[in-house]
Amino acid sequence: MSKLIVSRFLQAIPTIWIIATLTFFMTRYAPGGPFDSERAIPEEIKVKLQSHFGLDQPLFHQYLLYFKNLLRGDLGPSFKYPDWEVSELIATAFPVSLTLGLFSLLIALLIGIPAGMLAALRQNSWLDYLPMSLSMAGICLPTFVLGPLLIYTLSTQLGIFPALGWHGPSDWVLPSLTLGLFYASYIARLTRAGMLETLQLDYVRTARAKGASSLRVLTKHAARGGLLPVVTFLGPAFAGLISGSFVIESIFFIPGLGKFFVTAAFNRDYTMVLGTVLFYATLIILLNLLVDLLQAWLDPKSREVR
Amino acid sequence: METALDEQILHFGLGSEPQYLDPHLATSVAAHNILSALLEGLVSEDPKTLKPLPGVAKSWEVLDEGRTYIFHLRKNAHWSNGDKVTAHDFVYSFRRILNPNLGAQYASMLYPLKNAKEFHQSLKSLAIEDIGAKALDADTLVLTLENPVPYFLELLNHYSWFPVHQPTIEKFEAYEKMGSAWTKPNNFVGNGPFKLKKHHINSVIEVAKNKHYWDAERVRLRGIRFYPIEAVYTEERAYRSGFLHLTQSVSADRIDFLKEKYPDELHFEPYLGTYFYRFNLDMPPFNDARVRRAFSLSIDRKRLVEKVLKGGQAPASTFTPPGTGGFYPDPGFGHDPETAKSLLNSYLQEKGLEKLPPVELSYNTSEGHKKVAEALHGMWKDILGVEIRLLNMEWKVFLSTISNGDFTLARAGWIGDYVDPHTFLQMWRSGDGLNMTGWANKSYDQALHQAEISISKEERWKSFQTCEDLLAEETPILPLYFYVHLTLRHPTVKGWYPTLLDHHPYKYVYLAKEDHP
Repeated sequence: MSKLIVSRFLQAIPTIWIIATLTFFMTRYAPGGPFDSERAIPEEIKVKLQSHFGLDQPLFHQYLLYFKNLLRGDLGPSFKYPDWEVSELIATAFPVSLTLGLFSLLIALLIGIPAGMLAALRQNSWLDYLPMSLSMAGICLPTFVLGPLLIYTLSTQLGIFPALGWHGPSDWVLPSLTLGLFYASYIARLTRAGMLETLQLDYVRTARAKGASSLRVLTKHAARGGLLPVVTFLGPAFAGLISGSFVIESIFFIPGLGKFFVTAAFNRDYTMVLGTVLFYATLIILLNLLVDLLQAWLDPKSREVR
Repeated sequence: METALDEQILHFGLGSEPQYLDPHLATSVAAHNILSALLEGLVSEDPKTLKPLPGVAKSWEVLDEGRTYIFHLRKNAHWSNGDKVTAHDFVYSFRRILNPNLGAQYASMLYPLKNAKEFHQSLKSLAIEDIGAKALDADTLVLTLENPVPYFLELLNHYSWFPVHQPTIEKFEAYEKMGSAWTKPNNFVGNGPFKLKKHHINSVIEVAKNKHYWDAERVRLRGIRFYPIEAVYTEERAYRSGFLHLTQSVSADRIDFLKEKYPDELHFEPYLGTYFYRFNLDMPPFNDARVRRAFSLSIDRKRLVEKVLKGGQAPASTFTPPGTGGFYPDPGFGHDPETAKSLLNSYLQEKGLEKLPPVELSYNTSEGHKKVAEALHGMWKDILGVEIRLLNMEWKVFLSTISNGDFTLARAGWIGDYVDPHTFLQMWRSGDGLNMTGWANKSYDQALHQAEISISKEERWKSFQTCEDLLAEETPILPLYFYVHLTLRHPTVKGWYPTLLDHHPYKYVYLAKEDHP
């Protein structure tokens, strides 16, 4: 196990380096720059701005400088909001996205797994068709439709939850539900597929033959193997969930990370683009490692291979 | 919102997160909305007319035919930490924004000051003391101008003229540095009716009443919360669920619905801005004035505004919005399809062409711009038989394409910085950084210069009219319509009036059920 962790860390270093390098040069070669605005800036001021942010240096020099600072953990100030450090902006927005992501995941798992299991147990009955149709609808329905629908019913009409903002737990419900239902749909389908496969395996049949109840077969015997596809899906999904969603954040006016991802690219906020991309890449790597560890625990086969 | 009434806290839709809260670096409407709460200049403005009223200066004298202003500062003007606001603070501030090392985008707003432009652009070797701003003593400030500027006092209400607190700037070493922590809550020292209480990026900026403000007795709001809600539909939802007292904007496709549901809360207010297209005069066919005029004359601006935009905009037959500073230009850009056709034909004959090759029209990706572009495409196709290729681009790509001159016809917009025709007409000076059409006209430059040095209103209006006439005759640009400011505002917001610059001095604003003073 410890060998796995060490080798993953060693793999992570070149991965992150490649991602950072690609991002660095891609943003720089995109047309337009951070100081282009509708009010064209006089040339002499543009020169000052560029030298202030070190953009007048040769590109490769800037690249080396960026990495030198990165190694010290310094992501630099944002180009768009120079009063703020990139790390400061990520540090304020991440807890918001983390909260939203965790709640959404909780909702997704609590709805998705039971629905998928039920569908697998009662394959080709209405208990299969109904949740699967709903999940298909859930996958097809974009969050920017579901969000306003939930706001209209649960906030505007019934007045149960606030329509937007991020001040207290009651504000968490609608955005978490919007995001969670979307993921629940995927999880339900993955659970069903995984369970169907496992339920046909010999050891499950043996358990049944021994007279174990359906519930016991499901939770004790089949679940461990049947949930493997879900676990694989969860790594990247979780990273996506907790690094923010631009759409959900703009619908519900939530100060999360997702907005920075999107607007940093539009604003050509070079340091912010790199900061968010590196943050996301690190999250993905860590969570994938976690998934691998979890899989090894769930599936003895994968333990032997490694 | 009921509790807001008792609390006197205004909930304000800010539109977007301001890039800077430093008055010398700020560049946005959002920044203005915050800075006018936190800082006050030499003068303040009338909430209805925006005419200058005493601010930090309690009185002033105008000498030397408008070339010298002596401001007498009030003794009771204080910074939010209790320090006195002095004439030296203003001199320090003006020097800071004009310091070329700061890289302030709006430094040119101070160019009316003597030697300011030369100093800022390092055109002559000048000492910082040569700038036309001197403190005779703590309470007397003398400003010397290059030329008389009739709207000089109004200009002082732009945030670039606001003072900063010298010890604070020095503490954070922000004199010539952009990006510093002095603008964060707890650090910010201002002299306006409010002080900065909280700033959560992309979430809220909160200001609270400043008890050190000289006119604090007049201030009725206890605080303002600004919410940078960028998505218009979200902002509308926020308003309708009682989260906001006023919105920054309203989506055009919601007008019909809101007119019906919120007839007394939906406001169409005039706004000092022009939506227009730029021709590239370095590219055929627009290197020929006949083609440009033909394009302009084929447009039915009234139909564009009434049938396509439907948002209360006014068709633009001049570049300067009529009434800007009292100037009503004669309409120059008309609608005359027959002349348009014959102008184009004469061009085609001369070039031996059957019809014009397709023309590219560039605009930044947005539903609104697309609608306008498609409507114009229809009109040009009908009347001139021209094929238009619509090219939409992401914002930054668009900006760099335009400034590189890599376009034939492109969408643009301009919002005035002060209420005078000069803020519009100056950009068409030959070689001006904002011109970008490649149009250079000596008579235009002369007329503009004449307007800049004239003192009498008649003379200035005459020169500005000459500028407008030349624009219409040569048509380097295609004015389409004048902006309106569309907003939802709750009836409990009082002391708030429509103004051309969308300025609303907060010290007159309060929340109340009934209309009482």
